[in-house]
Amino acid sequence: MKKTWWKILAIVLLVYVHIGGLLFAVPRLRIHETIRSLYFHVPMWFGMTFMFLISVVYAIRYLVTSSKEDDIRSVEFANVGTAFGVLGMLTGMVWAHYAWGLFWHGDPKQVGAAIALLVYLAYFVLRSSFQNQEQRARLSAVYNIFAFASMIPLIFIIPRLYSSMHPGDDGNPAFNAYDLDGRMRLVFYPAVIGWFFMGLWISSLRIRYRALNEKISETEL
Amino acid sequence: MGVFELIRKDFLLELRRKSVIAGLGLYLFSLVFICYLTFNLRVNTINAMTWSALFWLVILFSVVNSVAKSFIGERKGVLIYYYTVASPQQIILSKIIYNSALCLLISVSGYILFSIFIVNPVQDHLVFFSALVLGSLGLSTSLSIISGIASKGNNSNVLMAVLSFPVVVSILLMTIRVTKNAVDGIERAASTDEILNLLAINCIAAALGYILFPYIWRS
Repeated sequence: MKKTWWKILAIVLLVYVHIGGLLFAVPRLRIHETIRSLYFHVPMWFGMTFMFLISVVYAIRYLVTSSKEDDIRSVEFANVGTAFGVLGMLTGMVWAHYAWGLFWHGDPKQVGAAIALLVYLAYFVLRSSFQNQEQRARLSAVYNIFAFASMIPLIFIIPRLYSSMHPGDDGNPAFNAYDLDGRMRLVFYPAVIGWFFMGLWISSLRIRYRALNEKISETEL
Repeated sequence: MGVFELIRKDFLLELRRKSVIAGLGLYLFSLVFICYLTFNLRVNTINAMTWSALFWLVILFSVVNSVAKSFIGERKGVLIYYYTVASPQQIILSKIIYNSALCLLISVSGYILFSIFIVNPVQDHLVFFSALVLGSLGLSTSLSIISGIASKGNNSNVLMAVLSFPVVVSILLMTIRVTKNAVDGIERAASTDEILNLLAINCIAAALGYILFPYIWRS
């Protein structure tokens, strides 16, 4: 991961996504120009899910190896994932303001996502309530696995049981409606890949920063 | 020591300290009575949705109060004693089974109190009781494990509330929906999806708890 090509790729893709997402033509449907939100809102949730997935993998690895590095990786990926989630929530609320007329509509998808974010905020509260580092790492790794297991149904399963106005439900237009429209895919896929690499980059910087901090405090001792 | 002996020990302790059971009963009774008074039910009626939400909130509060103490508040010496006589899997299994029994007791007595003081609008009893059993199992399973995590922290009571709420919410949403269907007497096919979901959530919670509890317990 020390190579630079994927960082450059992330920057190039995201510049392209922002220009293309705002300027390229989009199909005229019921939600009009707000469909451009697809390029900015949906990649956030993809990014969040990927980051949480990596975080839970490191949490499981921590339980097996008990190495401090795995714990730091796990918490930093969870941090970046939560940031993606908050951004996804905010972009969704801006979209809802124009499409539904309200920032907070109480749609099942909004509620499910809000609860899922609360689960991860609880994870950070849990971490801050331990003094012993080994204990904190172990118990928060356990809770991380629980959080991931409850995040999946809260975002992907339970909202689908309710009727929702969110695109993709009940015949509202969403990505699948454009299976024949390649234009949107040309921006959407680069956006997902670009944000994924950007998330990796941010978390790898934070992980290195944390590791350096640990080293400094060790040498000072 | 086997699982059954641990459960037997929990029941014996509970029966000997009658004050705990009595306190829990009184707590449940006061909650129901407060609902009765605040909704002014002598003159008003409540609809199916409100009844099911109210019912499950009362159950949730009583259960959180009783299950939370399964690991929080245990003296350190007792925990060390458990550590020497039983494996972590046996301990979590016995706690889950014991708490489920307690939880079922609470929800059945809550149902009786509700039908005395408020109303008993349930039309489809089979669906209602399956929601009751699955909901109690789910709540006690997830809360037992969360209480195991929270008991290790500094301010366990706050931690218990913060950690359990999001995990419990999905169980509550499902049970409230099934209960509402049972109250309305809608055909059973309408509730099967939720009941299967509840079953799946219970299985996931129990399996995760069984696998992960040794890591919580070790310290």
